[in-house]
Amino acid sequence: MDWGTIINNTLAGLLTPTTIAFALAALGLAMHFGFAGLLNFGIAGFMAIGAYGYAISVLTFGFPWWGGMIVGIIGSILFAILLGIPTLRLRGDYLAIVTIAAAEIVRLLFLTTAFTDVTGSADGLFGYNNAGGFTNANPFPPGSYGWGPWTYNSETLWVLTFGLGVLAVCVWFLWALMRSPWGRVIKGIREDEEAIRALGKNVFAYKLQALIIGGIFGGMGGIIFAAFANVSPGVYVTSITFFIWTSLLLGGAATIWGPVIGAVIFWTLQAFLSNILPELALAGILPVSGTQAATLRFVLVGIGLMLLVIYRPQGIFGDKRELTFVK
Amino acid sequence: MSNNDSPIKSTGLHIGEAAPGCKKTDPMLVIDHVKKSFGGLTAVDVEHLEIPKNAITALIGPNGAGKTTLFNLLTGFDTPDTGAWEFLGTSLSGVPSYKVAQMGQVRTFQLTKALSLLTVLDNMKLGSKNQVGESIFRALFPGSWRKQDAEIELKAIELLKRFNLDAKQADFAASLSGGQRKLLEMARALMTDPVLVMLDEPMAGVNPALTQSLLGHVLNLKKEGMTVLFVEHDMHMVRHIADWVVVMAEGKVVAEGPPETVMNEQAVIDAYLGAHQDTDLGVVTGRISIIDQEKDK
Amino acid sequence: MTRVVDVKNLTAGYLPGVNILNEANLYADKGELIGIIGPNGAGKSTLLKSIFGLVKVREGSITLNGEDIVGQKPNQLVSKGVGYIPQNNNVFPSLTIEENLQMGVFQEPKNYEKRLEFVVSIFDELGKRLKQRAGSLSGGERQMVAMGRALMMEPSVLLLDEPSAGLSPVRQDEAFLRVSEINKAGVTCIMVEQNARRCLQIADRGYVLDQGTDAVTGTGRELLNDPQVVGLYLGTLGT
Repeated sequence: MDWGTIINNTLAGLLTPTTIAFALAALGLAMHFGFAGLLNFGIAGFMAIGAYGYAISVLTFGFPWWGGMIVGIIGSILFAILLGIPTLRLRGDYLAIVTIAAAEIVRLLFLTTAFTDVTGSADGLFGYNNAGGFTNANPFPPGSYGWGPWTYNSETLWVLTFGLGVLAVCVWFLWALMRSPWGRVIKGIREDEEAIRALGKNVFAYKLQALIIGGIFGGMGGIIFAAFANVSPGVYVTSITFFIWTSLLLGGAATIWGPVIGAVIFWTLQAFLSNILPELALAGILPVSGTQAATLRFVLVGIGLMLLVIYRPQGIFGDKRELTFVK
Repeated sequence: MSNNDSPIKSTGLHIGEAAPGCKKTDPMLVIDHVKKSFGGLTAVDVEHLEIPKNAITALIGPNGAGKTTLFNLLTGFDTPDTGAWEFLGTSLSGVPSYKVAQMGQVRTFQLTKALSLLTVLDNMKLGSKNQVGESIFRALFPGSWRKQDAEIELKAIELLKRFNLDAKQADFAASLSGGQRKLLEMARALMTDPVLVMLDEPMAGVNPALTQSLLGHVLNLKKEGMTVLFVEHDMHMVRHIADWVVVMAEGKVVAEGPPETVMNEQAVIDAYLGAHQDTDLGVVTGRISIIDQEKDK
Repeated sequence: MTRVVDVKNLTAGYLPGVNILNEANLYADKGELIGIIGPNGAGKSTLLKSIFGLVKVREGSITLNGEDIVGQKPNQLVSKGVGYIPQNNNVFPSLTIEENLQMGVFQEPKNYEKRLEFVVSIFDELGKRLKQRAGSLSGGERQMVAMGRALMMEPSVLLLDEPSAGLSPVRQDEAFLRVSEINKAGVTCIMVEQNARRCLQIADRGYVLDQGTDAVTGTGRELLNDPQVVGLYLGTLGT
């Protein structure tokens, strides 16, 4: 058992661009579900649109990297409007079903060979960071930065710094909105729409605004992930939506820092499990093969999510009174 | 405030005879040929109805008479199949419920909708109209809404004091008792500065002693110039505070008039009030003999 | 006189650490009609639910004809002769009246015909409309079905949670008269009511529940005429 590598890799998982991407997506879900009570099971769709919006604008239309990112954001806004207008008048569980379907439709559109020139279909897209100039915009000179498990080359450091900057802005945004009267109306809508309508507020407009804001955060999450890795439809499967839900519920759905901390814990745990499980299998402690052991961590995520919802739906930071699924 | 002072009733509200659909001297709501059916069942079929301004009108009638449906139609929570109705001269046809509320109507619900997971104070502040900070763009700049929010807070606390809820302002509404939630809902409705207050069975589930204090608050609404329309089954309440009574049955308005006249009409007694209104059920069931009753007196 | 129901020092609640009932006491002798009144949140419904096994009892005792029934499940109590009529959702809306009544005698289906006769004799309206869907009935009519259903098991004790709630005045009076009739037929009745005056007019004895405990008790007439009870709980509007 190589504890040194295990611990090293686990600690590294605390701060990776993937963690930040997830934190952003979880923040978006916090807006949707934690604060507005919208059951969005299609957050993967927003991430996909953000990522592909960025990559396609750069590769096919020659946009600069920041233009591509703006396109990604606009794409998320449009997706939110498209999703919201027919569904926001539906009962919560129907919204959940429709959002799963919508995210899958998005993924399949990116997967189909019909648009392969633009989307790269199953192979996905890459090279956009260079083409769009994101790599060149890197202020850090080449070299190695950090220490111990948190050692990065200049490219990763750039994505990390950029991602953290975006995350900070988004966290501030969410905080500023939720402490304002607008946030008060949103929380009221989560409680009882009819009562809010009876007080003269246009409930549909508020819900759409919440869907858009959360959608923008989700899209940004996809963009950060794309800037770090590559864009491929295989990433934006429904499982990712459930990973984000787990991160959100772990930290506390109706809090500002909950989604961020939840994402960090989630990815650190994932790093830990993906290192320790194969080692345990190889050492003969687990009666499975090395490769099987790695996928075992997904089973554990599923179990963890169930236990969370049943026993501690408010997560680490949440107030139990604010969030129970048994009304 | 003595509980048993008879409130001064408004008179001269109607023009001509007090019959279903009669005109009012100063109508606030005018309803014309409004029909609503669910499936094959006609829930509401009102030829003409006018609600008088600055008076307390009670809407009574058996269950299934269409009272709540009419209520929902008037407040925009439901749309009629046909018909027109005006609020202060403006047509409300096709106007969604939140816009109706913005025009000066406010309604409460039979099952209280105190927003449990918000504090009492937040519940109140939500009631205020035209809040700058509720727009998503201006919400980000506290400078634009802080001052107004502080004013709203002062108004909310004043109202809470009136309803004896100011000590609970920081508590979650979930921690209030059922009666306190009724009071909160009424106080919150007043934050909207309404001209017409529509109460849907405000005394439902409220024990008799609390009913009297709630009635006092309703009478205050009239004193402050507001118009009140309420649906109720509590006949003591109706007799005590209503200036005008509208009786509905099977979707139609079957009687209108001041409480004393309407509630003595035989048809109303048969269908709705029952023959034992003022008799002791102990006597009716034979559980106590007349002799015992004499002894009690 | 056998005490059919005897509740002593009952403490119970829904949320952990929060007691709704605080050492409440109540008893009912055979054939009595007991009324429970009091302010909102006093624990009236909770008391009935505790007797019927729907709320966990934390302290105290409940006996049925001398037998300790704390911890027993509602279906066990039904077979022991306890009937319960909840305030809301007390009929199956998608079933017909007939099917609702059949549900009432679920544990002893063979007794259906016999009991149907008895129930229809009290509620002849129901007898005429057996095939009607319960969901299409008005509030007062549903009350009748709910009561009928509870009577199908020939209960010796009937627990009623606000039978007059949401009903028009004439239907309320009918509900009270029916409860009185059922009681005269030999069923011990314990009813929680918001319409305190009417409840006490037909009750043999009453309990005023306040803050989870029995604050005042006496015969129905005593409570109706007690100035303190009137001032605090009944209000003077009806006089």
